[in-house]
Amino acid sequence: MSEHTSQTANHGGHEHHVTPPIVYVAIFITLLVFTALTVGASYVEMGVWNPVVAIAIGVVKATLVVLFFMGVKYSTKLTKLTVGAGVFMFIVLISMTLADYISRAWGRW
Amino acid sequence: MSDSTAIAHGAAETPGHVHGEHPPYQRHHFETVEQQADATNFAMWLFLLTEIMFFGGLFTAYLIYRNWYYPAFVAGSHQLNIFWGTANTAVLISSSFTMAMGVWCAETRRKGGLVLCLVLTFILGLVFLGIKTIEYSEKIEKHHVPGFHYSLQSFLNPDSDPEAKAAGDKPLPLDMARHTEVYFSLYFAMTGMHALHMIIGISILGFMIFRAQAGAYTTGHVTFVENFGLYWHFVDIIWIFLFPLLYLISRHQ
Amino acid sequence: MSSTIVNLPDQSTARIPKVNFITKENGLLSWLLTGDHKRIATLYLISITFFFFIGGALAGLIRLELLTPQADLMATDTYNKVFTMHGIIMIFFFLVPSVPATLGNFLMPMMIGAKDLALPKINLLSWYLYIAAGILAIYTMATGGVDTGWTFTTPLSTHYVNTNVLTTGLAVFIAGFSSIFTGLNFIVTIHKMRCPGMTWFRLPLFVWSNYAASLLMVLGTPVLAITIVLIALERTIGIGVFDPAKGGDPILFQHLFWFYSHPAVYIMILPGMGVISETISTFSRKRVFGYTAVAFSSVAIAIFGFFVWAHHMFIMGISNYAVLVFSLLTMLVAVPSAIKIFNWAFTLYKGSITFETPMLYTFGFMGLFTIGGMTGVFLGSTGTDIHLTETYFIVAHFHFIMVGGMLMAFLAGIHFWWPKWTGRMYPEKISQLAAVVTFIGFNLTFFPQFILGTLGMPRRYAAYPPEFQVLNVFSTAGATILGVGYLLPILYLTWSLKYGEIAGNNPWQATGLEWQTQSPPLTENFLVTPIMDHEAYDYEWLEHQKEKEVTSV
Repeated sequence: MSEHTSQTANHGGHEHHVTPPIVYVAIFITLLVFTALTVGASYVEMGVWNPVVAIAIGVVKATLVVLFFMGVKYSTKLTKLTVGAGVFMFIVLISMTLADYISRAWGRW
Repeated sequence: MSDSTAIAHGAAETPGHVHGEHPPYQRHHFETVEQQADATNFAMWLFLLTEIMFFGGLFTAYLIYRNWYYPAFVAGSHQLNIFWGTANTAVLISSSFTMAMGVWCAETRRKGGLVLCLVLTFILGLVFLGIKTIEYSEKIEKHHVPGFHYSLQSFLNPDSDPEAKAAGDKPLPLDMARHTEVYFSLYFAMTGMHALHMIIGISILGFMIFRAQAGAYTTGHVTFVENFGLYWHFVDIIWIFLFPLLYLISRHQ
Repeated sequence: MSSTIVNLPDQSTARIPKVNFITKENGLLSWLLTGDHKRIATLYLISITFFFFIGGALAGLIRLELLTPQADLMATDTYNKVFTMHGIIMIFFFLVPSVPATLGNFLMPMMIGAKDLALPKINLLSWYLYIAAGILAIYTMATGGVDTGWTFTTPLSTHYVNTNVLTTGLAVFIAGFSSIFTGLNFIVTIHKMRCPGMTWFRLPLFVWSNYAASLLMVLGTPVLAITIVLIALERTIGIGVFDPAKGGDPILFQHLFWFYSHPAVYIMILPGMGVISETISTFSRKRVFGYTAVAFSSVAIAIFGFFVWAHHMFIMGISNYAVLVFSLLTMLVAVPSAIKIFNWAFTLYKGSITFETPMLYTFGFMGLFTIGGMTGVFLGSTGTDIHLTETYFIVAHFHFIMVGGMLMAFLAGIHFWWPKWTGRMYPEKISQLAAVVTFIGFNLTFFPQFILGTLGMPRRYAAYPPEFQVLNVFSTAGATILGVGYLLPILYLTWSLKYGEIAGNNPWQATGLEWQTQSPPLTENFLVTPIMDHEAYDYEWLEHQKEKEVTSV
């Protein structure tokens, strides 16, 4: 049979992790709880923190989906890097475009 | 290259290629079935990267206009039905759960379980689209579709509009009321693009249910189900952000 | 000097190998439904050559119009359509796919020791999307064209023109997906299908460059796609996202458009730089100086390329602070490109240089890309940009990079790998002549445009003040010579398919796994999976190989 040097065989040594259903159930319930939380939070007056809290809860929910439903917690470094690259580019697009808009009427945003 | 340093590729170079060397679903340009699974999984992740950037443009537009026209966005958001929105969020999260369970069934070779999970996911997807249809038709009735006889009445005169009245909205000045059209543009663009991805996903699910029933995914070859699962979860994540951004801008007064 | 590194087999006994990727299967369907990356590359080569000549014809029309100061050859609206379609065809249907879809598709699996790309069906889909987009673009031209400039600036494109913005947008959208799938395929292949021993730092630099370009394709092109969707919605139902009357911001379009279109220029140039790394090493008989620096610079160009897009928008109404930030970042992005030029120059130092056609094009690249790149730095500095933007200086800048740089690199690559692709050599003397003619024609065409721009001649205008005519006439004269220079390769390369000398496996005595296989290669590339046991550009390893093997075809 063929032998592979571990430098190039990305598929060598990576065990395919099967997540037990109980984890999925726990994540499912957590996501529903956070959904209720975000709806509730929108009824509470928090001034400038409202959108922050909403996005933060969204990020937590998305992270749970990515890590557990999509299995990234148990995936290769390459997959994690890919997810990170996507998030990074998304943030670059938004933040650098916003940099223009924020600074247009500086002080009057 | 000299023979002493070459690796023989199994039976590939002999004519009358023997398929016993590797599973029938392994393509010939791959050395092993793990390499194929790895490569296709990575390819799906890269495709999801393109989807992040695709929706990214819409999120950028949303962030800018929400900050420019906050009162208009609040008024627009109050026109959305929080019950349906929350229901849809719960529906999608449940469909992600059933999809993840489906992948588990495929991995543990439970054909019946897989088919059940795929069918549930399919149904939940249809429920989502059904609720979306209800919401969209309501928007059409109230003339809140940009470009097509868009009506400012609900925002100039909130008492005439049950949703605006219930939320306790104050009348908007004319130019800010006009900017609600930008809110609805983004609402339809973002949810419409999301719904399009749902439709594509549901269609593929339909195909997968037939193939799953035939046992295609429960013999060890789970990559199709896994990779589709990634797509489905991604569409769910988009909605996880769309929901608070569009429906929950400000429900407090 | 007749010193050359070309080493051909004995022509009286040499034959093209009977079984190769071309002869393996016959019939049109075996080509149209192929999964073989080399056949797909061939399909692409024919298609992009076709579109290149359409774009070139449009360029000819532009230069003809600009012979005289008046708009007398065509109506100004028609002129707008001509330069718009010239830009769209050249960018989306020639430059973006040129090296990746032809040379990249053909060579990359061989260079890494694989049998094919990771996703052959997606590769074929990529070509079909390209063809569909191309047909739509031609249909657009035939039914009245589009006149917004390739940049589709709002609100002109959304509110003030009645031309085929939507169909052109759709064509670009589809072409974008063709590009995305190619890039996606490359990234997966390079990560997952390298042969044993092929570590990242043993890869040919051509692979590194295509990898970097693929990152840009995958991450940048989707933003173009959504921008086109928004333009379409704006034009059809008037959603108001770019319409000031409804509270939208036209500048937002530009942010989203240039977020892709700036990385797009790196998508276009990086694969060309990859070709240059290969040719400069082979024709200096020396490993590329500073391999790691060149490899990392390719990726650095890709990453930094994402941070500079608003330098296309300095005068458009963005904030002064944004201008400062983007100007500074633009200065930084020039650094990795310069690093590569320096490393190639140091590769030449103390090398055994010969002047075959690919090397002539490579030298042309080095000089012209440097000029183009430096003028880019001038434009990155806001103070000068305010005066030079939207003038012919910009036109000259990007043509120096794209035509003097990228197109020369493409031709260098086509000539360099022609023997591998077809099994036959091109005729050396006439091709060297063509290269020189191209170089002369290019400089005569585009150098006057730098002067015109500095003097103030605006771009995209059919009529200009009479004092600019002399330089315009030089430019058009140069364009005619340039046209001859590009026509010659079509003729002699086609001729060489039948009458060219048999090349053998490795006529250039180059390193690289693709040169260790027959010419043209087998469908499966290698009979046995290679093991990479030496560094890239290892000419000593090549010497050992030659001693060991029996030289026969």
